[in-house]
Amino acid sequence: MVQAVAPAMIDDTTIERSPGYWSTVWRRFRRDPVAMIALGVILLLILIAILAPYITPHDPYRGATLRRLRPPGTPGHWLGTDELGRDMLSRLIYGARLSLFMGVTPVFFALFIGSAIGITAGYVGGWVNTILMRTIDIIFAFPSVLLAIALSGAMGAGIVNGLISLTIVFIPPIARIAESVTTSVRNLDYVEAARASGAGGLSIVRKHVLGNVLGPIFVYGMSLIAVSMILASGLSFLGLGVRPPEPEWGLMLNTLRTALYTQPMLCALPGIMIFITSISFNLLTDGLRSAMDIKA
Amino acid sequence: MLTYIAKRVIYTLPIMLGVTIVCFLLVHLAPGDPLVSVLPPDASEQLRQQMMALYGFDRPYAEQFIKWLGRALGGDLGTSIRTNRPVVAEVSKAVSNTLMLAALATVIGFVLGGLFGFVAGSFRDTWIDKVASAISVAGVSVPHYWLGMVLVIIFSAQLGWLPPTGAGPGGSDNWVWDWAHIRHMILPAVTMSVIPMGIIARTVRALVAEILSQEFIAGLKAKGTSSFGIFKHIVKNAAPTALAVMGIQLGYLLGGSILIETVFSWPGTGLLLSDAIFQRDLPLLQGTILVLACFFVVLNLMVDVVQTAIDPRIARS
Repeated sequence: MVQAVAPAMIDDTTIERSPGYWSTVWRRFRRDPVAMIALGVILLLILIAILAPYITPHDPYRGATLRRLRPPGTPGHWLGTDELGRDMLSRLIYGARLSLFMGVTPVFFALFIGSAIGITAGYVGGWVNTILMRTIDIIFAFPSVLLAIALSGAMGAGIVNGLISLTIVFIPPIARIAESVTTSVRNLDYVEAARASGAGGLSIVRKHVLGNVLGPIFVYGMSLIAVSMILASGLSFLGLGVRPPEPEWGLMLNTLRTALYTQPMLCALPGIMIFITSISFNLLTDGLRSAMDIKA
Repeated sequence: MLTYIAKRVIYTLPIMLGVTIVCFLLVHLAPGDPLVSVLPPDASEQLRQQMMALYGFDRPYAEQFIKWLGRALGGDLGTSIRTNRPVVAEVSKAVSNTLMLAALATVIGFVLGGLFGFVAGSFRDTWIDKVASAISVAGVSVPHYWLGMVLVIIFSAQLGWLPPTGAGPGGSDNWVWDWAHIRHMILPAVTMSVIPMGIIARTVRALVAEILSQEFIAGLKAKGTSSFGIFKHIVKNAAPTALAVMGIQLGYLLGGSILIETVFSWPGTGLLLSDAIFQRDLPLLQGTILVLACFFVVLNLMVDVVQTAIDPRIARS
């Protein structure tokens, strides 16, 4: 009899437990129409990038000298053709692959490396902190655009070099946030208590530090994606980064510059794609920030 | 406060040293021979060795660095491999052109951004706020090199009001402040101003909203202070941060002008940098980056010092 009663009592008390942090965030986020639209646009762009081979009307690499620089609205080529007669719509769709990849990947790498550096510096403290954070300060002392362009300019054009330079540029701000959060968490009473009761360094980092660091870092990383999209396409626009004949929005913008006077609408198209992507990431970040109640 | 400033200056010195090391090493990241752009492909090994010795590339890195730094401190950044002219001469001319453009862009960005931010913050959560905030989000999200192209399409190609490229009839060597030259600055400066505009608008909006929610504003209102009086209080409280953001943005514009200068062929540091990169002119690349990075570090220092002078609370915290 006693055993039969006990589960019912537990049920009564657990049913009314408060919703978790992330479900609260999601509930608030859902009520923000602008952020939801931005999320929808980003998911759509990702879907387009994945499905590119199935939804493109033409081969994005094959051109024809006879139908170069056709304006948007040309039958068979909805968005016209580029300077080599390649279908713009197909190239813009395929461009989503490389442009999103070039914009998002460096932020992810920087998130991993930057948090690792910041958490190590913050948790270990002492001279380790000094060496790591002063090195970070030096990289941070360069204006970001200049450093990205200087690094990829020195290493030479190419996707990998572009990714490396952008990653290096994004590491310092992330490491700084991770370090300051870790340092403040490390001295909190409950972390002291955990340490006093014998918890090892790694388990404290995993259980207490990561939980506090991930939120702000994640939101900050989201806001970097917008910057990264513009910068990555900018590198390709300059002739660093992605090289022809690959379809990438920044590179397309560069090669179409020759048609600025003859086909202005055509030239503007790749930039509109970069703009839409970057503004969606910015609005998504703003929505997340207010849902998570994090100050900028 | 003086101790704070002294501390801040001393703290900058190791950063400066680090920056020079990064600039020096940058060149050695480059794949292949640093002399590839000066030597003919069929140059003899003997000639190559001679040139290596002439430029000092045959010495150990540490020795090269110390020599390079020593010369740089004396104002000698080496010779451009491409033009054979001193790097310092090339860079200083370009810096003044970029500075002109960036300063104008910062002023435009500050005035517009301050206005949008102030309006948005004062009418928080109304449609005015939404419009002003939308403009500022667009400002930070727009690929500015693309915006530059769009402005050229509209104002040069279609309307024919403003020139699309260059720095005017006198070029950068014979720049005069007359309309024939200034009209060349308008499109690049407006394009450049978009990012600081967005950032300053967002900063000012947050500042104004925060100040308006403080108790002393309610106190002032209860006392019957006019709205202009309250406006003065808001400006006084928001100005230090807004000015600091503006100063840092100027630094970012100076360092990040390459994309816009490429679009408009503006003869500044950005164009110089892109020449240096694509013609593999390593001394020029090294020198330009060094000057721009030092500018940025010093500017940040100045912003900090000025901000402390305006608002002594910073030194105490």
